[in-house]
Amino acid sequence: MFTATPHILRKQRTERLAHAMFAGMALSIVVPLVCIIAFLVVKAWPSLSLAFLIEPPRNMQTEGGIWPALIGTIYLVVVALFAAAPVGVLAAVYLNEYATDNWFTRLVNLAVINLAGVPSIVHALFGLGAFVLAAGLGQSVIAASLTLAVMTLPVVIASTREALVAVPRSFREACWNVGATRWQTIRAVVLPNAISGILTGVILQVSRTAGETAPILFTGAVMYKAVEKGDLLPYRLTESCMALATHLYNLATQINGAPESLQFATATVLLGAVLLVNSTAIALRVYLRSRKKW
Amino acid sequence: MVSDEPVGETVIDVRDLRVHYGEREVIHGISFDVRRGEILGVIGPAQSGKTSMLKCLNRTLEFTPGATMRGTITVDGEDVLRVRDVFGLRRKIGMVAPLPVGLPLTIYDNVAFAPRAAGLSNRADLDDIVERCLRQAALWDEVKDRLATLGTKLSGGQQQRLTIARALSHDPEILCLDEFSIAIDPVTTMRIEDVLKELRATMTILLVTNLTQQARRLADRTMFMLNGEVVELDRTDVVFSDTPGDPRTFDYVSGIVG
Ligand SMILES: Nc1ncnc2c1ncn2[C@@H]1O[C@H](COP(=O)(O)OP(=O)(O)O)[C@@H](O)[C@H]1O
Ligand SMILES: [Mg+2]
Repeated sequence: MFTATPHILRKQRTERLAHAMFAGMALSIVVPLVCIIAFLVVKAWPSLSLAFLIEPPRNMQTEGGIWPALIGTIYLVVVALFAAAPVGVLAAVYLNEYATDNWFTRLVNLAVINLAGVPSIVHALFGLGAFVLAAGLGQSVIAASLTLAVMTLPVVIASTREALVAVPRSFREACWNVGATRWQTIRAVVLPNAISGILTGVILQVSRTAGETAPILFTGAVMYKAVEKGDLLPYRLTESCMALATHLYNLATQINGAPESLQFATATVLLGAVLLVNSTAIALRVYLRSRKKW
Repeated sequence: MVSDEPVGETVIDVRDLRVHYGEREVIHGISFDVRRGEILGVIGPAQSGKTSMLKCLNRTLEFTPGATMRGTITVDGEDVLRVRDVFGLRRKIGMVAPLPVGLPLTIYDNVAFAPRAAGLSNRADLDDIVERCLRQAALWDEVKDRLATLGTKLSGGQQQRLTIARALSHDPEILCLDEFSIAIDPVTTMRIEDVLKELRATMTILLVTNLTQQARRLADRTMFMLNGEVVELDRTDVVFSDTPGDPRTFDYVSGIVG
């Protein structure tokens, strides 16, 4: 009755093979990440320390730490976040909740898609032309942050729309049926249930720009700024700043005489910062999802 | 059961209604009326256009991209396509969807949502409305001690009664129910049918139903829709008799088609 026929045995073998193949592919995603981290940490080890994080560089940047670059990157990302979040979130709410299929909506959608395809070096030139020169902001934190914000808008919009779509349409219909306006519906039901997904998505997307080099190189990041150890407010928004990505680029190509481990330590900090923000956002999202209301 | 009362005046008048989704016409010029104080049953197989027709009455069809309606619908003599205040029109019509929808708000806020959206903020008035509507929907006794819990945490049958309470919360003249029993158990279905029997004294009811026997039990008149047309609209006892006006009606109600 339950004996395995050759046909069933063959099916089981195929099943095991398929299983192994898919698992292997999934694993192959993890391997590079682990290798990159291990490689970086090993190479960076001689330079890694708490002092490295909070001290300024010394001796023509061949010794000392990376504090000015670390705090500069934090500045750039936070300002970019505050610039991109309102525009991106409001645009996404418009596209998802209000827009009907007309020429204006199609134009906006087209712009979003194309903006996503623009290479970062082109964003850099746009930032230079628009914010640094035309708007007269000069090479500054604000000009670099705005450049990063423009660059990240398409993904901010996409991740916000994803969070909005996750709120079932039946909730909206129930509100419309009792005479609520679109805005009343959005405020009472859509936003409260999408906001956690929106926030974590926006933080995740914008923090990824921490690694961008070209867009800030032309618009606000400079080779060296004198900053006190651990100074939390070293830059004005209208001043240029140091940043991790450009510092790494300079260490690797411009600065002579620094030990190799200094570059790798900088890269490790950059990667570590992005991973830290990402995993915090993801943990927050998992937590908020577990409190979902339906 | 047939009501012997004289029929009331026309509350909803539908003339030559056509509905298109994009290029495709799904309602092909139907006309009918709903009279004050009656229960009008609407029966017909799936896809015959019953839900689309309901969405025209309160103009929520506009929320479906590409959907258009033509013809005239008047509610209390007012052309729905020309009303100044479409939100007021929607409040005049209570609408209950096929699947229960507890909003992700507290039970209290589920019912208070519509009055608040209409501008009411006095707590005592809201309390009264919440209690009255939950009582009318036969849900009060089950939830009166936990009004602050989420509406989404109720059982399906309770959520459907919550949906009815919400539809009553804006004091509608007309209550439309769209296959309300499709996802709930028979016991709750019978309880809601009792609720409708109570409500018929004060309200006009349009009851779209997947259960032909439900129309037979409750409706004064019954309308049979098929493929976007009205095949027949007559007193319920005529529609369910051996000799209705159209042989297709007989086939449907006796279970030969559909
Ligand atoms: N949102 C929609 N987009 C396109 N076609 C639709 C949509 N809703 C309903 N239809 C079509 O309209 C017709 C009538 O559907 P519906 O009004 O839901 O009928 P019923 O409620 O009687 O089942 C069906 O053929 C259905 O496929
Ligand atoms: Mg339907």
